[in-house]
Amino acid sequence: MKCKTIITELADYLDEALDPALRTQIEEHLGKCKDCRVVVDTCKQTIEIFCNSEPAPLPSSTRVRLHEALAKRLRRVRA
Amino acid sequence: MSSSKLDPTPRRPLPSQVVKDDEPVLVAAAKGGDVSAFETLVGRYERKIFRLTQNITQNREDAEDAMQEAFLKAYEHLQNFEGNSRFYTWLVRIAVNQALMKLRKRRPNVVSLDEEVDTGEDMVPREVEDWGPSPADRYAQTELADILGKTIGELDPSFRVVFQLRDIEELSTEETAEALGLTVPAVKSRLLRARLKLRQALNQYFHRGEHQ
Repeated sequence: MKCKTIITELADYLDEALDPALRTQIEEHLGKCKDCRVVVDTCKQTIEIFCNSEPAPLPSSTRVRLHEALAKRLRRVRA
Repeated sequence: MSSSKLDPTPRRPLPSQVVKDDEPVLVAAAKGGDVSAFETLVGRYERKIFRLTQNITQNREDAEDAMQEAFLKAYEHLQNFEGNSRFYTWLVRIAVNQALMKLRKRRPNVVSLDEEVDTGEDMVPREVEDWGPSPADRYAQTELADILGKTIGELDPSFRVVFQLRDIEELSTEETAEALGLTVPAVKSRLLRARLKLRQALNQYFHRGEHQ
């Protein structure tokens, strides 16, 4: 297996969407190729960092405007 | 890297950690006209929805407008929500549509989700450096948020929106495809490109030697 194949199959590998035979081949390659191991590991970390990051609090002025707009529209919808 | 075997499954929160048990009750109450129940749902998701619209539009004013419109449309069309998916997933789809409309209005010639994606040689990573364990812990939360906002903002919009839905909002590949009107293979190819480009962009902040 070539390193380029690892890149091509990377998304499905990380998402566990590969058939078992191909997955085994990839893991055999990763056992031997340090560069591919690092790419897979840092790609996985990239997803985790974004996925686990907490959204910042809403700016107070944005929050006020949102809730004012909601209050105005919700009253109209209910009326 | 110390281990030759990788755990391919990212440590992600389970859906049960994202969706609180009382959500169906709140949605049912809101459908019945309970405004405070809907406001509770807004308070629960406003930060995530604003991050989503901000990431897609890359414009503060557009992000705010898109978020407002998303919540208002969700309320007005709440009777159409049949509970076949999570309420949050439904809300995300509305917010994405609002954000994309803003983005297309501002950049009409730039934003197309339908273009073919080149899967050529440039996908092979240029920098292969180990990050070590927990690289994000080396930064304060606000500093990290700035780094993530900057790197995702530099992505092409057609990659950015797919990454946002698939890896940040944790929609399935099929849900992402449906929400964006793309095929599943198109979502997969954009997702791969987005992940690789973000990995490369984050490398300058996280490779060993930085902040150590």
